[in-house]
Amino acid sequence: MSPVIDLLLILVLLLALAALASSKIARCVRIVAAQGIVLGVLFIVSRLGDVTLHLVAVAAAMIALKGLVIPWLLFRSMREAGVQREVEPYIGFQLSVVLGALAVGVAFVLSELLPLPEATSSQLVVPVSLATLFIGLLLLVSRKKAVTQVLGYIVLENGIFVFGLALARELPTLIEMGVLLDIFVGVFVMGITIYQINREFDHIDANKLQELNDMNRRRHRIPHVRDADR
Amino acid sequence: MRPEALVFQVGAFVLAPVLLGVINRTKAAFAGRTGAPLLQPYYDIWKLLQKGAVYSSTTTWVFRAGPIVGLAAVIVAVLLTPIGKVGAAVAFPGDLVAFAGLLGLMRFFTIVAAMDTGSSFEGMGASREAMISAIAEPALFLGLLVLVLVSGSLSLTGMMGSIVVATWLRTTGAVLALAAATIFLVLLAENARIPVDDPNTHLELTMVHEVMVLDHGGPDFGYITYAAALKLWVFSALIVGILLPVQTGSVLADGGLFLAGMLVVAIVVGVIESSMARLRMLHVPHLLTAAGGLGALAVALALVAG
Repeated sequence: MSPVIDLLLILVLLLALAALASSKIARCVRIVAAQGIVLGVLFIVSRLGDVTLHLVAVAAAMIALKGLVIPWLLFRSMREAGVQREVEPYIGFQLSVVLGALAVGVAFVLSELLPLPEATSSQLVVPVSLATLFIGLLLLVSRKKAVTQVLGYIVLENGIFVFGLALARELPTLIEMGVLLDIFVGVFVMGITIYQINREFDHIDANKLQELNDMNRRRHRIPHVRDADR
Repeated sequence: MRPEALVFQVGAFVLAPVLLGVINRTKAAFAGRTGAPLLQPYYDIWKLLQKGAVYSSTTTWVFRAGPIVGLAAVIVAVLLTPIGKVGAAVAFPGDLVAFAGLLGLMRFFTIVAAMDTGSSFEGMGASREAMISAIAEPALFLGLLVLVLVSGSLSLTGMMGSIVVATWLRTTGAVLALAAATIFLVLLAENARIPVDDPNTHLELTMVHEVMVLDHGGPDFGYITYAAALKLWVFSALIVGILLPVQTGSVLADGGLFLAGMLVVAIVVGVIESSMARLRMLHVPHLLTAAGGLGALAVALALVAG
């Protein structure tokens, strides 16, 4: 079974790197959606020995949420905000890929230093999870558009999920469902926020959001005291 | 080396231009044309060899040496390239470095000969070629390093020989696929194929490889065309060697399978050329960095899984 798990893990890592390399946000959303689906499949494959109902339920929820609902939400907020491309990120795409490759290297070295109490289903689980985590973090901090930052957040969570595969043979359904719910709510809120930010400021450039306070006051004439009162 | 294997080694030199013909036929089929005959590259080379050469009075011996040194270097590289499971004519530990070095020598002389003409266009092509290959070569070495790690052998023939069906069924299969993808991107870049360079373009401003050889004519250009065919053969042979794990035991069957694999690679290149536009020059380094990233990832995976 191990080769299939390894293959899926490598696919997860490749998709994370691809997300780092693409400048079109729509493609980026599709890549992250694909990563979510691969993770769902990976979840079932890694527990093939004891497929239970709640396992299938978690995997199905995961695929539906990360593969369909979240992309749909993001596409909707992209359409409403009218953004197509990540223009001039903080870190260029080429440099991002190089940093991503470096992160992969660091993750592999780190995982050598992190012995786990029990054997994992594959040697690649820990390095891949760390690398995906790093890449998600990189995506989160190096992009300007709010949609791409949300994507970075999802990739980061995917990395944590892979780590969960290594840690618990019996991953508590409750925890997994809780995490899924968390990101769903997170993305949902971000989807609404992106829409609102865009309506207020005609862009979703996160680095311009520091002007939020001043502009709000100017536009709506909210006096200083009002904030203190509330 | 067995005598049957020698037949295939000679076959490599004879059959290499067919790959160019197959690529052109594939492109023609996509465009709805009949296309040039499969053997057109042979006719071209034959025609060129019949002609006389014209040398500009500003050029020196470097210009004349370029095509000959290039052809000689790539001929030796073909001798080092294993024909699938049949093996190469020459194999020794570390021959992969010699292999890359020979291709580098060929490139160096093509570039120097182009600069020797003093033409600004050729100088431009030379600088682009140098830039592209400077990024492509680390990717090639990373791809070869993966093969070294997976097979534990330092010679190309040993590497290709140790890749069997079982290698593909373990985790190393995914690693090998990554290495093959890396080397395939290098193939596209090194052989001036779309999306890196368009072999058919005739606008000097956008040409890379073709612009460097504009001033060569007659037999010199024939050598260059034949050397280009051999270079394509060499890279395709690497990819087929990685992707074809089957070993039948009979030299004839192994060689036949290998040739079928080469045809498939040529068709894939043709399909890519037909379905993709050429990348802007600015984006070429992105593609090659991605190739290097894939290679680095494959090396990391090979270190853990191998």
